[in-house]
Amino acid sequence: MTTGTPQIAVTRDAAPPRPGWHVALVRPEAMTLVLLIIGIFAGSQLSEFFLDINYILKSFTISAEFAIVALVLTMVIIAGEIDLSPAASMALSACLFAWAQDAGLGMPLAIAVGLGAGLLMGLFNGVMVIALQLPSIIVTIGTLILYRGLAQVIAGDKSIRVPDWFIGIDKIMVAGIPLPVVIFVVLSLLLGLVLGMTIFGRQIYLIGTNEEAAKHVGIRTRRIKMTLFIMMGLASAVAGLMTASRLGSVRYDLGLGGELQMVLMAMLGGTYIFGGRGTILGTFLAAWLLVIVSTGMIVANVLPAWQLCVLGVLLIVSIIATNFIYSRTQR
Amino acid sequence: MTALGHILRRREAGIALMIVIFCLAVGAYKPQFLTLDSARIILLLTPLIMIGAMGQMLVILARHVDLSMGSMMALAAMASGMMFRYAPDIWWPLGFVLSIGVGMALGLVNGLLVTVFRLPAIIVTLGTLNLYRGLTFIMSDAKQIDRQYVPSALKAMSQTSPILGIPWIIFMSFGVALLTWWFVMHTRLGRQIYALGSNPVAAPLRGIDVTRVTLIVFAISGALSGLAGIMYASRWGFVNPSNTGSGFEFQVIAAVVIGGVSINGGVGTVLGTVLGVLLLGCVAAALPLLGIPGTTQNAIYGSVILAALLIDRLVRLQGQRSMLKGARI
Repeated sequence: MTTGTPQIAVTRDAAPPRPGWHVALVRPEAMTLVLLIIGIFAGSQLSEFFLDINYILKSFTISAEFAIVALVLTMVIIAGEIDLSPAASMALSACLFAWAQDAGLGMPLAIAVGLGAGLLMGLFNGVMVIALQLPSIIVTIGTLILYRGLAQVIAGDKSIRVPDWFIGIDKIMVAGIPLPVVIFVVLSLLLGLVLGMTIFGRQIYLIGTNEEAAKHVGIRTRRIKMTLFIMMGLASAVAGLMTASRLGSVRYDLGLGGELQMVLMAMLGGTYIFGGRGTILGTFLAAWLLVIVSTGMIVANVLPAWQLCVLGVLLIVSIIATNFIYSRTQR
Repeated sequence: MTALGHILRRREAGIALMIVIFCLAVGAYKPQFLTLDSARIILLLTPLIMIGAMGQMLVILARHVDLSMGSMMALAAMASGMMFRYAPDIWWPLGFVLSIGVGMALGLVNGLLVTVFRLPAIIVTLGTLNLYRGLTFIMSDAKQIDRQYVPSALKAMSQTSPILGIPWIIFMSFGVALLTWWFVMHTRLGRQIYALGSNPVAAPLRGIDVTRVTLIVFAISGALSGLAGIMYASRWGFVNPSNTGSGFEFQVIAAVVIGGVSINGGVGTVLGTVLGVLLLGCVAAALPLLGIPGTTQNAIYGSVILAALLIDRLVRLQGQRSMLKGARI
C-alpha cells in the first residue's frame, strides 16, 4: 500500500525504496496473521477438540455481530474519526425493533423500524461531528450514554421476547457454515474491495492522512465522513437485530461493553489510531484471532475476569505494536 | 465594563442561571423541591462526582480523557475493603491512604502508557477500564465487601455532621474542589496544565516538561478516583466488584463538560465544574420528585452532555465571530 505513494522530498533526500519483501511482510497484518497461527497452535495444545472447525465456527457466531461492526469501524478510524457508540446503537435498535413488533407492528415494519433507528443514530453522530465540528471521541461518548439510556427507557429492566421464527440466526447453516459467519465473510470481501479498489476507498485513506490536503484536491470530505457514520449506524442496527435473533430476547444491556471488542478488533488488525492506515484484511484476521483467543481461554477454563484483563491488555499491546511497525515503515 | 458586567459575561454565570431556572421550574411544579431538605438531598448526591470531576477536569484541561476512573475507583475501594475485612481492628483512616495510593498507582500506569508510548489516552483508558475492572474481580474473588466489614467510623462520615446537618463527605468534596482551585490558579504546575492543553506543540518550546505534567495529571486523576472509592464505601457501606464505580466515568465527564471545560483542552474553571456537578445533582434529585422513573437517568445524562457540547460549540463560534469583527475594525 505504501509503495504507490509518491515521494515528495524537496528539502531532504528521499529514503531508499524499501525492498519488496519488506513492504509485503513488515506490516501490522502480518503480525496479526502470525499471532493467529500461534493462537491456533496454542489452542490445539490446550484441547484436542479445539481444532474442530465446526466448534470454532460456532464460537465465531457469538463475536460475529461485533466483528461486522468492527469492519465499518475500521473505515471510520482510517478516515481519522472514531465511534464509541455502536454497541449502544445495537441495543437501541434491537430494543426499538422488539418494542415495535411487541406493539403489534408487522415483522417487516418492525425490522424497518430497527434499521431506520440505526440509520438515524448514525446520521445524528455524523451531524454532531461533521456539521457542528465537534470531536468524534466526546460526541460518541455522549451518544453512547444517550442511546443506551433510550434503550433503557424503552425496554425498562424487562427483557422483550422476539417471535419464535425470528430466533436462531446462528443455527441457520449455509453450506455447513453458520449464517452470521457467512454474512461477516461476505461483508469483509465487499468492504475490502470498496476500501482497497475504489476511488471512494482511496479517498478515505487520504482524508485520514491529511484532511486539509484532501479538501484542497477536491474530495468531499464531509460527505464521505457522513456516509461512513451512517454506514456505522446501519451496521450496528444489523448487528443488533442479529444479536436479538441469536439471544431470542432483547434487553437494554444487549452488547454492553462491546465497544472494547470492536475497537480491539480494529487495533489488532493494524488500523492506525491516528488515521490513514489500516486494511479490512487486518480487521478480518483480527476478528478470527480474537475468537481463537477467547475460545482458547474458555477451553482452558480461564475466569471471565481474567478474560476481561486479557482483552484490556491486548488492546494496549496491539496499539503499541502497530504504532511501532508503522514508525519503522514510514518514508 | 462594570464589575457586574464581568460576572454576567462569564461562562459560569450561564450554568448558574441554568441551575436557578431548572430549580424554579421544578419548584413551580413541586414546591417541596425548593426546601432546605431537598438541598441536602442534592448535596448528598454530589460528593463522589465532585471529587471525580476535579480529576477529570485536570485531564481534559491537558487535552486528554480518562475513561478508566470508575474501574480505578472500584479497585481502590476493593483494596481498602479487603484490608478492613482481613484486619478489622486496623486504624480506619489507613483506608484513605491505601485507596488514594492504589488509585494514584493505577493513574500513573495510564500516564506512563500515554507518555512513554505516545498513545491516545482514549484507547489506553478504554483498555485499562476493562483491565482494572477485571483485576477488581480477580482480587476480590468476585465477592462483595459487606456492610459489617466497613468500619462504622468510616460510614459515620457520611451520616454525622460537624455543622448544619451537612455530613463530612460533602465538606471533604468541597475541600478537594478548593484545593484544586488553588492548584490550577496559583501553582506553576497548575498553570502549565492550561498551557499544555491550549497548545501541546508550543508547551515544550516554552520549557514545559510535557511528560512530567501529563504523568502528574493522570496520577492526580487516579488518586482522586481512589478517594472517591473509599468515600463510596463510606457513603453506601459496601464495595461490590461489579457495581462500584460502574458508569462513574460517564457521570464525571458529563459534569465536567456541562461545567464548560472545553474538550479541546486549556479552557475551564473549577467553579464551572462545581456548578456542573451541582446541576447534575439537581437533575438527579428532581427525577423521583417528578415521578420520572430512574431508568431515564442515563438518557438524560447523555442528552445533557450533548447539549453542553452544543452550547460550548456555539459559544466558541460567537467568540470567533467577535474576534473577526475586532480584526476588521
